[in-house]
Amino acid sequence: MDKNLRKFVLELASKNLREDKRKLDELRNIEIITGISNKAEGSARVKIGKTDVMVGVKMSVGSPFSDKPKSGVLMTGAEFLPMASPEFESGPPRANAIELARVVDRGIRESKMIDLEKLYIEEDKVWMVFVDVYIMNHDGNLIDAAALGAIAALKSAKMPGYKDGKPDYETRTNALPVKLTPTTTTVSKIGNHFFVDTNQNEEKIVETKLVVTVDDKNIYAMQKSGEGTLKKEQIIEMTEMAFKKRKELLKVLK
Amino acid sequence: MYKKRFDNRKFDESRPIEATISVVENATGSAHFSLGNTKVIAAIEGPKTLHPRRIQDPERGLVRCTYDMMSFSVDDRKRPGPSRREIEIGLVMKNALQPFVLIKEFPKTVVDVYTEVYQADAGTRCASICAASLALADAGVPMRDLVASVSVGKVGDKIVLDLTKKEEDYEEGATDIPISMSGRTKEISHLQLDGCITLDEFKKALDVGEKGCQEIYELQKKVLKEKYGGV
Repeated sequence: MDKNLRKFVLELASKNLREDKRKLDELRNIEIITGISNKAEGSARVKIGKTDVMVGVKMSVGSPFSDKPKSGVLMTGAEFLPMASPEFESGPPRANAIELARVVDRGIRESKMIDLEKLYIEEDKVWMVFVDVYIMNHDGNLIDAAALGAIAALKSAKMPGYKDGKPDYETRTNALPVKLTPTTTTVSKIGNHFFVDTNQNEEKIVETKLVVTVDDKNIYAMQKSGEGTLKKEQIIEMTEMAFKKRKELLKVLK
Repeated sequence: MYKKRFDNRKFDESRPIEATISVVENATGSAHFSLGNTKVIAAIEGPKTLHPRRIQDPERGLVRCTYDMMSFSVDDRKRPGPSRREIEIGLVMKNALQPFVLIKEFPKTVVDVYTEVYQADAGTRCASICAASLALADAGVPMRDLVASVSVGKVGDKIVLDLTKKEEDYEEGATDIPISMSGRTKEISHLQLDGCITLDEFKKALDVGEKGCQEIYELQKKVLKEKYGGV
């Protein structure tokens, strides 16, 4: 079955076409709604085609890591909800969910999107920022959707107040110290063709993926994923594609 | 400005590398690999029947990797048991190694790759992949190439090979790019990056990484030839 699918996808790809009529480097329609949960400090729902993710940011007061006593703490988690796909089962996150969360985390952390040093409160007290991603419906390109959701949720977040050593969720005034907006793009390889924003059907035959987080100038995070291999020149070409897609992603993030 | 490396190495020089094979008596194959002060043991079990049966693939076998840092391998004791970081590295290692294993030759089975880091000074996933590749060869698992792995990166303004922990923590900033590349065909099966680097610097880093992997590959071949003769 997958062999036929591969043949079909590659035949179309040689004409720069895909089964849903897109070009290889064309994104599906992206929709971002922020403020989907009023209990969260920041939240977003991102739809890329039929892929659907919800992301929430919660903040609390906690102790810093011993090696960074003056710095806030960022933690990213991901849940692949069973409702999102028959492939997902309930229970603790599997390796793929952990990889997704950690790749999204690295993009935010390494780009220094959030100035964690501004989240220092007082001796042994810092803000903890929890970003949690829930996959609601799986139609491919989960990492990009999750990253987009995390970035949108963080940008929209309002910090709780601080009273008697505790967070005060009644007063939310200041925005998080956001320094820049990174963008994350996954470029997938099937045969000798590079695709962006693969749907679930295409992902059945994707051999190798490269997830790249950039801003206008720098690369902040990368992850080769999947069971295939890449040549040096292919990695560079895929990275250049991630830089090109940034403009479109910024437009939807505004 | 990072003018001189903390340990006086050249910018494109890796730390001393040592490799030995057949170090775990009960394993199908095994290896010890050290990259400076980073030390790892890898052991192979299998190919053996994969359980539960519903996850068996009638057309191919599976490589499964477990990466573990021993509790005493780092300054702050690591809690035993798999952390999220270790689970991710296990997946990354599988993706680094499996492309070169001829998995169609042993369908319905699994090859378990266990790596234990007992002394850590950065580059532990790379040392684990180098050790695992040797251990797979030592076990006689059919492969089309060996995999070498090293981290390359940027410390301050310099592109450097094989970062130490001290270099990773360099206060003006460091970028870490672990890569794994097959020795003969130079295919990259593993690449990660965190830090801040321009595309031009990244291209340079890939070249330095290729050189580093080739040096490790030569050592891997030598070690295997010493025990098994012509490879």
